[in-house]
Amino acid sequence: MAGVVPDLTLIRPAVRPAVRPRRATEEGPFIRWTLIVITVLFFAAFLVLPLVTVFVEAFRKGTEYYFKALSDPIAWSAIKLTLVTAAIAVPLNTVFGLAAAWAITRFSFRGRQFLSTLIDLPLWVSPVIGGLIYVLLFGTQSPFSPWLIAHHIKIVYATPGIIIATVFVTFPFVARGLIPLMQNQGVAEEEAALTLGAHGWQVFFRVTIPKIKWGLLYSVILSNARAMGEFGAVSVVSGHIRGLTNTIPLQIEILYNEYSFAAAFALASLLSLLGLATLALKTYIEWRAGGRPS
Amino acid sequence: MKKIAAVLALLASIGLASGAELLNVSYDPTRELYTEYNAAFAKYWKSKTGQDVTVNQSHGGSGKQARSVLDGLEADVVTLALAYDIDALAEKKLLPDDWQKAFPENSSPYTSTIVFLVRKGNPKGIKDWDDLAKPGIAVITPNPKTSGGARWNYLGAWAYAEQKLNKDEAKVKDFIGKIYKNAPVLDSGARGATTTFVQRGLGDVLIAWENEAYLALKEFGPEKFEIVTPSISILAEPPVAVVDVVAKRHKTEDLAKAYLNYLYSEEGQDIAGKNFYRPRDPKVAAKYASQFGKVSLVTIDDVFGGWKKAQATHFADGGTFDQIYAK
Repeated sequence: MAGVVPDLTLIRPAVRPAVRPRRATEEGPFIRWTLIVITVLFFAAFLVLPLVTVFVEAFRKGTEYYFKALSDPIAWSAIKLTLVTAAIAVPLNTVFGLAAAWAITRFSFRGRQFLSTLIDLPLWVSPVIGGLIYVLLFGTQSPFSPWLIAHHIKIVYATPGIIIATVFVTFPFVARGLIPLMQNQGVAEEEAALTLGAHGWQVFFRVTIPKIKWGLLYSVILSNARAMGEFGAVSVVSGHIRGLTNTIPLQIEILYNEYSFAAAFALASLLSLLGLATLALKTYIEWRAGGRPS
Repeated sequence: MKKIAAVLALLASIGLASGAELLNVSYDPTRELYTEYNAAFAKYWKSKTGQDVTVNQSHGGSGKQARSVLDGLEADVVTLALAYDIDALAEKKLLPDDWQKAFPENSSPYTSTIVFLVRKGNPKGIKDWDDLAKPGIAVITPNPKTSGGARWNYLGAWAYAEQKLNKDEAKVKDFIGKIYKNAPVLDSGARGATTTFVQRGLGDVLIAWENEAYLALKEFGPEKFEIVTPSISILAEPPVAVVDVVAKRHKTEDLAKAYLNYLYSEEGQDIAGKNFYRPRDPKVAAKYASQFGKVSLVTIDDVFGGWKKAQATHFADGGTFDQIYAK
């Protein structure tokens, strides 16, 4: 057999070009395939399967039942409340996020680092605590309570409380998305604009906004998805009055508990569709922003 | 300040219907009962006064619901699982101390009791409370700290044990402790416990409100579950009350009173019976008698000296439930 060895070395250069030479940084095919299989299996088990289940369950009793479940006045009021909540909470947080990101990246002041950390607060604490804070602040136990009652203002267990709780859980998203972006981009363009005679708002709208537009849009979409899907904080301040203070996620739980599984999943499919639309929009934005995730 | 108030008032009005409105804050398993009753009452009220009325409902664990009313959930009426939860509202002056005298029959227009729901064929052979304390049985029951039904469950077991073990408190506690050691989860409300047993398929036996057990049987079919009625159980009297402070503010006192009174009418009683509650009216009760199992019922006043005492002994911090569950 020893005589064969030199032969092999001779043949090798001729065979080699078919197989790309392996780079030192590249893993072997076994590891590569194992990783791919694990990822795909995990993805299928934890993301695709549940998503498919939602739609299968939603249509279990047929399309007619599906649309009847969605057009039920109580389901419809939950959809409306969710849209109203997001329509108020998201713009509010966009303005706040822009202001906070601007302040933190453009000015240096005492406590800047602390403020930047504080913005993350809603991400650290459980949403349930977020809800409870507002029950204590605006409920009958609170010192404001007599004033609120005298002026016929309901905050907790009514729409305003739900909006406030949603603002609380979603407010880090825009600021968090913009701060690293604005830090990376620096202020050179803005300074150039200022030296060319532009004033504050002109710089903001003509220079800064175009620079951060994709990052901003991306953060707003993320914040919107969370606003519509929030359960914990909203559940605490809602009071669960059907047809009045239930958002889509709360209504899903109620329907599920009333053995109306198909109706619960019909609403859940609506929320999932929203998630899928968000994903599609996000992919589009990443593509427009030049392929780099911002 | 005025502008803010106006905006908030506008927001609060989103989704409000026209005509008179009432909010009924209730406990977990009454969803179907009140959905049906509210429609019947609205019809009755319209024919009697010409006024449209919308009754809004909110459901959850009884203790949790009382907590929300204390925190500002503006209930015109409460229809909770047990008197103690309404006593808690009376303590904060939301209604008078003698609220239970405002309506007939201790302000409880319907009663119920505690039974067991088991899987078809009763594979673990569960017949009475002592079977729940045996090793290897998984018992589903909600948390007595938040759920009214769970407190009735606990007291039902206690009443049985007291009779069987000749009131030897150490042995009774040991017996109850064994049942709760068999509970893999404690849901916060009765309906949550039912879905755990029925939907998630956890456990061998669900300790449940009689009405809840029959509703599950109706929803999922007798080919999946069966009901076991224990030898002794507790007469549960879920009470109703007008929350005076809120009703006064909303100017709905008369409507709220009429709403609760109508529960005692023949139609109200019939709807209760149809939803597997035991009606108070003897005539209606006779009509539905055949749908319930035979059980010897003890009352909370006879065995436990009333809800205030039962609450303090068993469910307050450091009470018997904390003692047996900590072990």
